[in-house]
Amino acid sequence: MERPLTDNLRADGQPLSLREYMGCGGYKALGDALRGLAPADVTKAVKDSRLRGRGGAGFPTGLKWSFIETGPGAPEPRYVVCNADEMEPGTFKDKVLLLGNPHLLIEGILLAGYAVQAQAGYIFLRGEYAEAGRRVQVAIEEAYENRYVGRNILRSDFSFDLHLHMSAGRYMCGEETGLLNALEGRRANPRGKPPYPASVGLWGKPTVVNNVETLCCVPHILRNGADAFLKLSKTSDGGTKLYGVSGKVKHPGIWELPMGTSLREIIEEHAGGMQEGLGLRAVIPGGASTEFVLEKDLDIPMDFDSLKQVKSRMGTGTVIVLDDQTCPVSMVWNLEQFFAQESCGWCTPCWAGLAWVAETLFAIEHGGGKPEDLDILDMHVNLLGPPGHTFCALAPGAIEPLESALRHFRDEFVRHIEQKHCPYMARQSAAGVE
Amino acid sequence: MLSEEVKRKIEKETRIYPTKQAACIEALTTVQREQGWVDDAALTEIAGLLEMTPDELDGVATFYNLVFRRRVGRHVILVCNSVSCWVMGYDSIRAHLEQTLGIRLGETTADGRFTLLPIVCLGACDHAPAMMIDLELHGDLTAEKVDAILARYV
Repeated sequence: MERPLTDNLRADGQPLSLREYMGCGGYKALGDALRGLAPADVTKAVKDSRLRGRGGAGFPTGLKWSFIETGPGAPEPRYVVCNADEMEPGTFKDKVLLLGNPHLLIEGILLAGYAVQAQAGYIFLRGEYAEAGRRVQVAIEEAYENRYVGRNILRSDFSFDLHLHMSAGRYMCGEETGLLNALEGRRANPRGKPPYPASVGLWGKPTVVNNVETLCCVPHILRNGADAFLKLSKTSDGGTKLYGVSGKVKHPGIWELPMGTSLREIIEEHAGGMQEGLGLRAVIPGGASTEFVLEKDLDIPMDFDSLKQVKSRMGTGTVIVLDDQTCPVSMVWNLEQFFAQESCGWCTPCWAGLAWVAETLFAIEHGGGKPEDLDILDMHVNLLGPPGHTFCALAPGAIEPLESALRHFRDEFVRHIEQKHCPYMARQSAAGVE
Repeated sequence: MLSEEVKRKIEKETRIYPTKQAACIEALTTVQREQGWVDDAALTEIAGLLEMTPDELDGVATFYNLVFRRRVGRHVILVCNSVSCWVMGYDSIRAHLEQTLGIRLGETTADGRFTLLPIVCLGACDHAPAMMIDLELHGDLTAEKVDAILARYV
C-alpha cells in the first residue's frame, strides 16, 4: 500500500534533506499550486479529500480553512500555526514526522498558508522535543535559502514567513486557544469561544491551527488529487493514519495504515500482540483523554465515527493497552493525577473537580475508599463530562477514561472499597503520590 | 547581569514576533541554558528587555514545566510518570533513582550534581519507561541501564 506520510523516511532515522525531499517529488505540489491554482481551489481539494484533523478532534480541515476571510478588506495579517505540542499521554506519532521529514510539514504549512492567504506561520513545538526542534530549524533555514519560504516564493506573488517556537512544556499548550496565548508569551490559559481563532486568533488576527500529521497529509492531496487520498482510506474519511501502540505488547511502535484499520489488526499484527503470559483486557484507543474499549470490541475500525459505536473516540490514534495484570483503578488514578496536575487553574470546576477526583481515586486504590466515593466520582462525571461547564476540553477529556472505567470496571472499584486494599497487590503505585 | 551574548540572542528572538513579550519563553530558556535556572535578578532583567513587569514575567515563568525558578543541580533528570511509562514500570525506575541518588522527587543531591523531577509524557511511549537528562532522551530503562546512564553525567 501507499504510505504518503512515511514511505520516504530514511532507514537510518536521519531527516530528509531538502534535496532528498525534492527527489521524492517534494515541493512539487506547492509549485503547481502557486502557478496554477487559486487559493480557494487548494481549500476545495482539501475539503473534497475529507481530511479531518489528526490532533484528536477530527474537525474537517478544509472547512476550518474556509472560515478564514480572504480577499480585499479582509483582516491582516493572517497566520497558520502548526500545533506540534504533542503532549497527550500515550501519543508519540507527530514526532516521527518532525524527526524524519520536516520538509513535508513545511510544504503542508505553505499550502495551508497559500489557501488562506496567510502572511506568516509558526511551528509550536514542545520543549522536550529538542532534537526535533534542531531538525525543523535546519529545514526552515534550507527552505528560506532555496526560496520555498520568504518573499515571493518560487517567484510568485505569495510571500510567507515561517518560524519555530520552542515551548517550555505544559499540556494546556496543546489546546488551540491555550496554544495561542502561549505563543504570545502568556500563560496557556484557554480563551472563551466564540470568537474562534479563524476570526480572532493570534494577536487578534485570523488564524488557522492544525496538527502536524494533518498538515503533512496536504502535499499528497494536492499532488495526487482528493480522490487518490480518499482511496487510501477504508472509510468515508480520507487518507492513511499514523497508529501507535504502547503498553505490554511485544512490539510497541507507530505504523501508517489505511484510515479505518481495526484495533485488532493494529495490536495483533503490527504490535505483535501481548507479551508472553499476559492477556489484553482493554485499550485506551487514542491518548489519555479517550474512553476505554474492551477486548471484545477490538474488531471496530479505528476512525473518527466507528468508535462512537462503543462510546469512545479515536483521539490521536495512539493506543494504550491495559493488560490483565495491571489494576484498572490504579491506571485511572494515574491518568486523573495527570489531568489534575495539568489543569491550568482557569476554571474552578476543572482545577477543583479534577483534584477531588484524583484524591478520591487515591483513597480507593490505597484502601481508604468508602462506598459513597463512587457517588462522588459519578457526580464529577456528570458535572465535568458534558461540554460547556469549562472553557476548554481538558476536563471533559479527563472524564472520558474515568466515565468509561466506572462503566466497564465498576466491580473493580467496589472490590477495592470492600477489601480495603488493591486486589492487584499494587506492585506499581501510580505517579506522584508523594 | 545577563551576558551580552544572551542579550543578543533574546533581541534576535524578538524579531520573529510582532510583540517583545512573545519572546519571553525563549528568553527564559536561553538564560537557563546559560546558568541552569532563572533567578530573580535575571527575571527582572529579562522583564526589562521585553517591556514586561517582573510579576507578569514570573506569572509566565512559573506556568511552564521546563522553566526552573529555583536552583537546580548541574543535571536535571526528568522522569516520565504518565500512563504508558507507568504501565511499563515507572514506579520501580523512580524508586531506583531515589535510592541511588539518595533524594526524592523535587530534590537535589548534596553535591549539586543531580535534580530529580517528575515530568509528563515525553512522547517516548514505545520505549517506556523513559526519562530525560538535560533534554537528552533515554528509553527502555532498567535499573542497570539507569546506573550506566547516570555515570555519564558528572
